[in-house]
Amino acid sequence: MENNVKRQLPDDLMNELNLKAYETTDIGHPVEQRVAPKVRVTTGQDKVVDSLEQVIKDNLKDGMTISFHHHFRNGDFAFNKVMDLIIKLGYKDLTLAPSSLTGVMNDKIIEAIKKGVITNITSSGMRGSLGDFVSHGGLKNPVIFRSHGNRARSIEEGEIKIDVAFLGVPISDPAGNANGQEGDAVFGSLGYALMDAQYANKVVLLTDNIVPYPNTPASIKQDQVDYVVKVDKIGDPDKIGSGATRFTKDPKELKIAQMVNQVIVNSPYFKEDFSFQTGSGGAALAVTRYLRQAMIDKGITASFAVGGITKPTTDLLEEGLVRKVMDVQDFDKGAAASMAKNRDQQEIDASWYADPHNKGAVVNNLDVSILSALQIDTDFNVNVMTGSDGVIRGAVGGHQDSAAGAKMTIITAPLVRGRNATVVPSVETVVTPGESIDVLITERGIAINPKRKDLIDALSNVPGLNIVSIEDLQKMAEKQVGKPKKLEYTDRTVALVEYRDGTVIDAIKQVKD
Amino acid sequence: MEIKTTGVAGTLESSDIQIMVSKGNNGIEIDLDSEVKKAYGDEIEKVITDTLTKYGLTDCKVKATDKGALDCVIKARTLAAAQRATETSEKPDLEVL
Repeated sequence: MENNVKRQLPDDLMNELNLKAYETTDIGHPVEQRVAPKVRVTTGQDKVVDSLEQVIKDNLKDGMTISFHHHFRNGDFAFNKVMDLIIKLGYKDLTLAPSSLTGVMNDKIIEAIKKGVITNITSSGMRGSLGDFVSHGGLKNPVIFRSHGNRARSIEEGEIKIDVAFLGVPISDPAGNANGQEGDAVFGSLGYALMDAQYANKVVLLTDNIVPYPNTPASIKQDQVDYVVKVDKIGDPDKIGSGATRFTKDPKELKIAQMVNQVIVNSPYFKEDFSFQTGSGGAALAVTRYLRQAMIDKGITASFAVGGITKPTTDLLEEGLVRKVMDVQDFDKGAAASMAKNRDQQEIDASWYADPHNKGAVVNNLDVSILSALQIDTDFNVNVMTGSDGVIRGAVGGHQDSAAGAKMTIITAPLVRGRNATVVPSVETVVTPGESIDVLITERGIAINPKRKDLIDALSNVPGLNIVSIEDLQKMAEKQVGKPKKLEYTDRTVALVEYRDGTVIDAIKQVKD
Repeated sequence: MEIKTTGVAGTLESSDIQIMVSKGNNGIEIDLDSEVKKAYGDEIEKVITDTLTKYGLTDCKVKATDKGALDCVIKARTLAAAQRATETSEKPDLEVL
């Protein structure tokens, strides 16, 4: 079958997994029944245990679904500690359902797949050796990629049923009141893990830092927690996020950032109490810096910034230029540390942040979202999942959610990366539909989605802004790098990418080598 | 044109290509390592072959390590490596470019 972004989907798998094809970004007003976890009742007096192995033996069975969060990023020790034991104990047919996967987990997952311990994965993304392994057919069942908002929705609606959540935290009390803000391995917001804490049947905290009861502020609460496991070291603080955020010197990125700033300032949204989301990455950080100056010059303050938060954003908070930071995840040490001292840096869970099936998520209050792309095509469809070689090396993250919610979604990307064109006739994998993308900014020109006539009118006569068609940008890129040979895939589906409402927006095939 | 030594040109920096031309007797044999081999491997080999042929080389071994170079870069590096291999760098044949 073909979906509404013209992607062929495998009928057999779609039927087997009872999935529907993507139709529209419009969520409508469906009435959804949520699920609730099973609760083993205790008074909570003896949750602290030394033996992680015993906890696993007492709670995990073959075929169950286990989950983890990725807030420790590449400084994560929790995942490998748990998986080592699960592999050793010889479990089979587990479904791995983390909020996302980071590089430090790759080797362990590949080992677990090869031994039949893990047979299903759903994640926001995967990179490096694991992405390569899956793209070459290493996992029998297709990976299901879900955005952060979609994961929250899937958990709430029972599509992901977490049996045991293993959640690493830098601080907890013996009852399980925990947060991400104090201790050695601080990562700030626990946003993604809060879904697991609320909905998993069993919640196992792992920490190297147990403090006297009660520990506040409590992001994860004692009434949700079954066990608190004491471990030696839960994470490497130096690898959780980049240290001091470096301001890019790349002239291409700076030029793009300046153009982004110009587009925002000249859009109808740049007024008192506007709101924005910027990701990480060189151009996005530079945008924050230019935006700061524009806000000072025009005497404008923002009502909030949301998303993965970086230090330049918390700096704006401290300066009074941003009134609130809605924080689901922190990308660097500065932003993580800031949460403990700024009460206006509000921790939000993944549902509050981006879930399409609730009574209104933060992304729906968003004016401007600045996102990146591995590829974008002439229909404005964006790929943040597969490289130009067709291999999985990315993550949906909050891309679909933020693009759908924001009034103006801007994609920033260099026209080409090395010899790979970024603006292409058709992306390898559609992750975010062009329907929710408004502006593409490259160093060679700006393309505005033709359906946004208001933005074309507002931006066409701004001095210095070179507005062109996206077809022109695509041709410019092709002229520079040449026409690539079409990639070859086998018929086998190695992953399905869901849209935020759970419909399937694209299928990723096994690469041919 | 006769190959006298092994000629190397280019670096392993992003968007560059390193070309090593050495003696061979079985046509132009190219050993290509490229990040974009699937999409552009044929094109890269064609540019190298055409450049060498134009320079008058018909038998040589080429080791090419590509980091996403554009065609103009591939031509220039191939030509420089060919000149060094044939020890003709003193009187470069710019027409080939």
